[in-house]
Amino acid sequence: MNELSVIINEVSRHYNKVIALDKISVSIKKGEIFGFIGPDGAGKTSLFRILTTLLFPHTGYITIEGLDVVKDFKKIRNIIGYMPGSFSLYQDLSVEENLNFFASIFNTTPEQNYHLIKDIYQQIEPFKNRPAGKLSGGMKQKLALSCALIHKPEVLFLDEPTTGVDAVSRKEFWEMLKNLQNFGISIIVSTPYMDEASLCDRVALMEDGRIMEIESPQNIQAKYPYLIAAIRSNNMYDIISDLQEIPKATSAFRFGDNIHLSYKKGELHKDEIVNFLENKGHKNISFDMVEADIEDCFMELMNKN
Amino acid sequence: MNTILHILHKEFIQIFRNKTMLPIIFMLPIVQLLVLVYAATFEMKNINMVVVDQDLSSKSRALVAKFEASPFFKIQQNTFSVKEAESIIKSDKADFILNIPSGFELGVLKENTGNIQLLINAINGTTAGLTNVYATSVIADFNRELIIESINILPPAIQQVINVEYSFWYNARMNYKIYMLPGILVILVTLIGMFLTSLNLVREKEMGTIEQINVSPIKKYQFIIGKLFPFLCIALFELAFGLIIGKLVFNIPLVGSLPLLFLFAAVYLLVALGIGLLVSTLSSTQQQVMFVSFFVMLVFIMMSGIFTPTESMPDWAQKVNIINPVAYFMEVIRMILLKGSGFMDIWKSFVLLFIYAVGIISLAIWKYRKVA
Repeated sequence: MNELSVIINEVSRHYNKVIALDKISVSIKKGEIFGFIGPDGAGKTSLFRILTTLLFPHTGYITIEGLDVVKDFKKIRNIIGYMPGSFSLYQDLSVEENLNFFASIFNTTPEQNYHLIKDIYQQIEPFKNRPAGKLSGGMKQKLALSCALIHKPEVLFLDEPTTGVDAVSRKEFWEMLKNLQNFGISIIVSTPYMDEASLCDRVALMEDGRIMEIESPQNIQAKYPYLIAAIRSNNMYDIISDLQEIPKATSAFRFGDNIHLSYKKGELHKDEIVNFLENKGHKNISFDMVEADIEDCFMELMNKN
Repeated sequence: MNTILHILHKEFIQIFRNKTMLPIIFMLPIVQLLVLVYAATFEMKNINMVVVDQDLSSKSRALVAKFEASPFFKIQQNTFSVKEAESIIKSDKADFILNIPSGFELGVLKENTGNIQLLINAINGTTAGLTNVYATSVIADFNRELIIESINILPPAIQQVINVEYSFWYNARMNYKIYMLPGILVILVTLIGMFLTSLNLVREKEMGTIEQINVSPIKKYQFIIGKLFPFLCIALFELAFGLIIGKLVFNIPLVGSLPLLFLFAAVYLLVALGIGLLVSTLSSTQQQVMFVSFFVMLVFIMMSGIFTPTESMPDWAQKVNIINPVAYFMEVIRMILLKGSGFMDIWKSFVLLFIYAVGIISLAIWKYRKVA
């Protein structure tokens, strides 16, 4: 488990004057599910394109299974699987034809590595004669994953695999990834969804082409220095600006239906906050303490920078 | 090698699954050949003319009758005013005015000279030239009759010393369709080959499927060959299909060797398809590809000598034609089909096109980048 699969060292890339990646360094272990988490435009796709040998880094180097992405790109293409963010299989070919084609260009057949994709492919097999373009979003994604896996890659790159996929399919998809881990495949995934971060073994939080933190999701949450209260009232419109007026609060931001207010332990109390809001004219105030999750941590890190 | 076969397999599935592709492949040659071969003709009939007969004599009427009898002219209107005749030309109802001034007959009879005026609409230079030639020959004919009439003997025998007899080689009846059909065929295979190839590659870019190809171990040359070969087959099929239509409908002569024609066509198509591929490796959308290929095609076809012989083009244009693949094929297809030229007659064009093909495809492979 401790052997390194991917080493990214001081990698930068810019487009004209826009810096997409700024001296990024990450090491990813073999058999690990590693997540690059960050908002759109953080540089995730550029990094993935460099990792999959589609783009050259301007500085720094990357090795994948000991092979350099610039010098040994030909060898790397044999051992990686890539599933781009947008669906990029042949829409006019059927499910089966797509799978056969992608197997054949890697000089293999679907039968050879069928054990790898069995669980995934079985779900779309009833539709194997249907053109790929006519599949639903979740099925397209399963087919794309099957095609990326068919040549038994050692490292699998998934660029925003769950964007535009319904919640049930997303959950299923992550279960599939967990299963794949059993085959010793290193899985590198990028996603803008914070809730998916907690499903990775380790994550790198990215923003503006830099990495803010590399940790396991559990540690990131454990390191969170504040208490968080989820607050609701009858006037959700004004509550966020009212809460931000509390001097001792570190941050207040919308989180789903609630406002998450974070503060240092001991500096604020529930009563204090409720009173403050009541004075501002809020009614039906609900106040619950919650565990910090990745999104809270991300917001906190973003505020720090 | 296996990889290429797999790519070819995939391409053919995609081509034959495309619902709009098959009708294009079969309908385009039929429509192009049946419509264009008839439409694109230089033979002129029914030139609309206006007669301004201010003389109204027996001689002037005889001249007008001569024009009337000619299949090339059709008298639109008779008038006495040149101004009115000119306005008819301006409104585009006629292209030619025959103006016979008063005193024409008198001049002919008394002074042995008569003057008439021809006014020709020269917006279309070719038409104007032909109209002039036809009209002059009608008048010359009339002139000869006048001479015979006035001196009442047969014209001097001197005129008959040199007896010119025509014989048109390779197209004995001067059938324009036999000349045009091979030219239209060239346009057809170029159009099909070049457009389909260039659109196909750029479509992979638009759909994003090229990403998946790029991260795979497929080699650049394998991919390019996989893209070239299917459309080469389709274009050669079109050529065969077009020749069959030509034979059945127009009965064009197939004098030369068909295998030689197809061999030459294959080399030519490598160039045309290579240009298409090059354009599409440099573009990122189907729209860009369409515009650029259209522009390239138009220039190449217009300069290729489909309508006018390249030899009559200015010197610089003939030099430019060295890089115009269409010009080579346009010349060779007519040579083989109509004249029966053999390999020894066309080997120069063959070698040049072959070098061209190797060059342009290498350039396309080199320009196709898997990595940015």
